[in-house]
Amino acid sequence: MSTAYDEATEGKVYSVTGGDWDDVVTGVREGDDERLVVNMGPQHPSTHGVLRLVLTLDGETVTEARSVIGYLHTGIEKNMEYRTWTQGTTFVTRMDYLSPIFNETAYCLSVEKLLGIEDRVPDRAQAIRVMMMELNRISSHLVAMGTFGMELGATTPFLFGYRDREMVMDLFEYITGLRMNHAYVRPGGVSVDLPAGAVDKVGELLKEMPKRIKDIRKLLDENPVYLRRTQDVAYLDLTGCMALGITGPILRASGLPWDLRKTQPYCGYENYEFDVAVQKGCDVYSRYLVRMQEMEESLKIIEQALDRIAGPLKGDPVMIEDKKIGWPAQLALGPDGLGNSPDHIAHIMGSSMEALIHHFKLVTEGFRVPAGQAYAPIESPKGELGALVVSDGGTRPYRVHFREPSFNNLQAIPAMSEGGQVADVIAAVASIDPVMGGVDR
Amino acid sequence: MTSPDNLPEVPDAKVPDEAQAPEPVEAPVVRRGMFGVHDSGDTSGFGGLVVRRQPRLSTPRPYGGYFDEIVDALGMDDAIERVVVDRGELTLHVKRERLVEVCQKLRDDPELRFELSLGVSGVHYPHLEGEELHSLIHLCSMTHNRRVRVETSCPDADPHIPSTVGVYPTHDWHEREAYDFFGIVYDGHPALTRIMMPDDWDGHPQRKDYPLGGIPVEYRGATIPSPDHRRSYS
Repeated sequence: MSTAYDEATEGKVYSVTGGDWDDVVTGVREGDDERLVVNMGPQHPSTHGVLRLVLTLDGETVTEARSVIGYLHTGIEKNMEYRTWTQGTTFVTRMDYLSPIFNETAYCLSVEKLLGIEDRVPDRAQAIRVMMMELNRISSHLVAMGTFGMELGATTPFLFGYRDREMVMDLFEYITGLRMNHAYVRPGGVSVDLPAGAVDKVGELLKEMPKRIKDIRKLLDENPVYLRRTQDVAYLDLTGCMALGITGPILRASGLPWDLRKTQPYCGYENYEFDVAVQKGCDVYSRYLVRMQEMEESLKIIEQALDRIAGPLKGDPVMIEDKKIGWPAQLALGPDGLGNSPDHIAHIMGSSMEALIHHFKLVTEGFRVPAGQAYAPIESPKGELGALVVSDGGTRPYRVHFREPSFNNLQAIPAMSEGGQVADVIAAVASIDPVMGGVDR
Repeated sequence: MTSPDNLPEVPDAKVPDEAQAPEPVEAPVVRRGMFGVHDSGDTSGFGGLVVRRQPRLSTPRPYGGYFDEIVDALGMDDAIERVVVDRGELTLHVKRERLVEVCQKLRDDPELRFELSLGVSGVHYPHLEGEELHSLIHLCSMTHNRRVRVETSCPDADPHIPSTVGVYPTHDWHEREAYDFFGIVYDGHPALTRIMMPDDWDGHPQRKDYPLGGIPVEYRGATIPSPDHRRSYS
């Protein structure tokens, strides 16, 4: 593009290609245009992945902020149209990679709604889902808080956050076989039951985690530097949240106790006792407090879910009885971390031809889902995560769309940061806690 | 295993407060058999398979639950093409020229108060002549704790739907996404540009007619067919 075109659209453009730096500076100084356009990202440590922010600056003040996304678009929704319904969980788990269990659950709840089997998913599977989701909420919030601290110049919260998250990661690895991208929640239940000793391990986490959360609170709750960087920064009140469709901790930090776990319960959340974290500050600090309190509430839920799993629901199935949907084998987690079932293999390979055919058909062809569309919303750590699933009656989804909270909430960047200082943009982005894998899908 | 009704079992007890299941009006046959085999030499075992398309649903009153109240309070029957109640969800199929009006009323009427929008998404149905592209809005009323889906359609030849950014500012990015992936042009959107794909990208990737790439294999110039041309069970 010609320089003339650039200047017509962008104002005075300085092309610096070698030469004396002093000449450039003198040239700029002579111009009366103080506007400076800065590209922050897409590769920048404080943009939570590949987010690009185009900031127009007047001195230190941000006069215009535009976010550019799409750098991590991987076509997950399109890919799912060419895989079976069960294989879909493997894709959705990779969207928002910090809260995989939520992605899987939203998708599976939607598929179950289409199948009309919501009432027949075993209670034990629902309790395990709740426990896993709340563990995941803690790990997601710990990353949010940890990176938050680092972006505002404190490295200790980062180290604490990641160290404590490791406890949850270890637990996930023990239960599902993988640290991330579990594909653990499946239509009809969960893929494997808890391995021996898992209940004790979760119990240990319940003992240790409150101390760890308290440590982070000690570091940040009344830290004067942290308070000055976060209080009254990136203000977004309830009106703004409603207009921009913001949900999750940002909404709850503006004074509205809207939490789908309470208002429109799913997976049996109506049977658990917990409080909804609310703050009235509408600023970054309030969002921090909401997340911290949510972690503490999550621990309460995990404790109740664990009591159920180890108590009245002990020994119950974790997958729907319907053989046309439930995976044919109740896989157990082997020492190699892979699911396996020697009994089942002996059965299909040695004694029953029909069982072998059924196994083969269900795994390669998959099950059919009656035509229609369903939308299942859940409360993910970032806000309302909804899965719109359309079926044409076949063995593969006709269309899957995810209402990703990060995608939606990122729209608030201009509202939060325009008119503020450039350093506060970092705080604003961190308080939204976007994960670009989820934003771009 | 070749039975066409190889569907999961259906629960016996019907949900009492749910509306009467809509009667299938018409169920055109999409395909017989499988893998494109039709003559008597069909050894695939799928010769008797009849695949029917989902009939166009339209639920008669009463809709059940709070759905009747929503439709009554809206009171714009001339703007609504049909109402569908399916799987406990209410869908209003709205004429595209009345979409903004309907959204405005859904948001502002004290009896409706759908103040939170969960965004816009598209679906491409190439077989539905004259309404190939659908645009779906999911709304939530926090005041009354209700949900509704507003569905609008437009033909492929004239892919225009009025933008609802004026009513729900959150639709800004969502409409850009639907435009990017389906080519639906939202008239009145402040800056309808691509959001996920690069600006100079050709085509709209989530349309069903978007060409997918095959994978070349290094064996006598062979190619693995693209996913939409591989044989499949659906």
